Amino acid sequence: MVHRAADYPGHWEHFSHMADVGIRGVGATVDEAFAQAAVALTAAITEPSKVRYDDSVQLDFASTDLETLLFEWLNALIYEMAVRKMLFGHFQVHIDDCHLQAQVWGERVNRFRHQPAVEVKGATYTELRVANDDGVWVAQCIIDV
Amino acid sequence: MDVVDLTQSSEYTWQLAPRGRMRVPVIIYGNRDLIADMDDKVLHQAINVATLPGIVTASYAMPDAHWGYGFPIGGVAAFDADQGGVVSAGGVGFDISCGVRTLHTGLQVADLELKKFIIADTLYEEIPVGVGSTGRIRLDDAQMDEMLTGGAKWAVEQGWGSPADLERSEEHGVMRDALPDEVSARAKKRQRNEMGTLGSGNHYLEIQEVSEIYDQHTAEVFGLHTGDIVVTIHCGSRGLGHQIGTEFLKDMAQAAHQHGIDLPDRELACAPIRSPAGKRYLGAMRAAINCALANREIITHLTRQVFAKILPQARLELLFDVSHNTCKLEQHEIDGEIRRLYVHRKGATRAFGPGHPELPDAFQEVGQPVLIGGSMGTASHVLAGNSGNDALSFESACHGAGRSMSRRRATKTWRGRHVVDELAARGIVVRSPSMRGIAEEAPGAYKNVDAVVDVADRAGLARKVARVTPVVCVKG
Repeated sequence: MVHRAADYPGHWEHFSHMADVGIRGVGATVDEAFAQAAVALTAAITEPSKVRYDDSVQLDFASTDLETLLFEWLNALIYEMAVRKMLFGHFQVHIDDCHLQAQVWGERVNRFRHQPAVEVKGATYTELRVANDDGVWVAQCIIDV
Repeated sequence: MDVVDLTQSSEYTWQLAPRGRMRVPVIIYGNRDLIADMDDKVLHQAINVATLPGIVTASYAMPDAHWGYGFPIGGVAAFDADQGGVVSAGGVGFDISCGVRTLHTGLQVADLELKKFIIADTLYEEIPVGVGSTGRIRLDDAQMDEMLTGGAKWAVEQGWGSPADLERSEEHGVMRDALPDEVSARAKKRQRNEMGTLGSGNHYLEIQEVSEIYDQHTAEVFGLHTGDIVVTIHCGSRGLGHQIGTEFLKDMAQAAHQHGIDLPDRELACAPIRSPAGKRYLGAMRAAINCALANREIITHLTRQVFAKILPQARLELLFDVSHNTCKLEQHEIDGEIRRLYVHRKGATRAFGPGHPELPDAFQEVGQPVLIGGSMGTASHVLAGNSGNDALSFESACHGAGRSMSRRRATKTWRGRHVVDELAARGIVVRSPSMRGIAEEAPGAYKNVDAVVDVADRAGLARKVARVTPVVCVKG
């Protein structure tokens, strides 16, 4: 399933943290909640709709539980953004028993078009939560910027 | 934060006695207004720190403390390895050795006035800044390890910086006992093309005017006079430090579990200082300190090149370089006994007082310069370490203004363009790749830095020496 910030009914949001930023993805499935959390990560840096889908990166890793998997997922994206000097706007995620496989699309940072506001240093364990609340999956944490 | 939870032990000192699992009290420095403005989570986090094994004397929060992750930002805590003390990645933070250095220029306000736009533009062109920027320096594996061992001294040896700078830096520009082998290949890769980059967020390079002197004698020793122009650089260990912080958070969460440390918050992830995980982190963190020192030295070199082109009469000499996200092994006196302690300062500045053996001769009489960055468009301060602050805070002071508003609320309150225009009307030239970044860093989103340093001064943590105000601000 492909999740686009603009056209998918799941959603992302930011929640307040004094010094940093809280990111939250919400979806009907855990895959979708993770994908939306990734859009929220991009939205801390730039407007996600401004990111073109020129190149893609594959990610594949496992963890012991869903919360640690979210921490790993966000940090993997932060790492790929940092070493490739890219931003991502488009996320395909599949999670099977704490094993995540994803393809993410994006482009090189363009400071004029993206006007990136902050560089994300890392995802944190603060407010880290992955849960199914009444049939809706929520995936969230504070990111250090 | 509700002050009724705390006992006021002196005008600027508030305490919470140990209760529950706390091993030591919490001590917060502030006046009633600053404490009332602090998030409840600052106290909550300082209490959590007070529960960690081997903590000594107290869990401190500086006057600029705010809600961090694990430790509060503005938190200071010392641990004794002989008493099962721990080292915590969350107690240092992601931007290891983030810090501030201030350089004299030998220029006066009038010298800069006609050149401030061209120098702002040239600094913005020459110093890589913002998300996605890369430096011109590329390090191979061997060079990377040399940098991680050699810090600012390595940068000077490469021709990026001046030997005289090293004396004017904590650790004389090199953090000993760094272990580059404990820095992962991913962390090194993340740093590969980020040497000499400023970063983003609250990092900046400012040209500032010394606008007020509070302590004439110390200012004289520091070489600061009203109307002088100085340059201040605020940045850290870039991607390498961020990656180390991320990786060891996970590593230490496992180590804490293995050593039976019951963490009240996963972000307090820590390991006994003498455990393999503790030693690995200390080695990697010290390498990251060297990365930050080298990075600030390279940016200093780039800044000198720009001044040489535009204002060739300028002489950029380092006043001092301080780091405010570290864990360092230091000697402190407790109940008449000298002990070696691992002092975590997360968003707190070391403030060695007069006569400290680690200070250069120039500062032996007055104590070290304590450089406090303000927010964009507001003042910054130079303080000096005080005698007697060992007993107050393990010789530590505040590090900046601290946010009073989230980034999200800031972008809803201000437009970047308006902030730039308002600052321009006050004679402050701002250069940044991101208008949204400017809005997020608007001066009004931060606490009043003057109030923070007043309290640091009156509480005896460090004394006010000079206030500096921005003329040019290059921001990531």
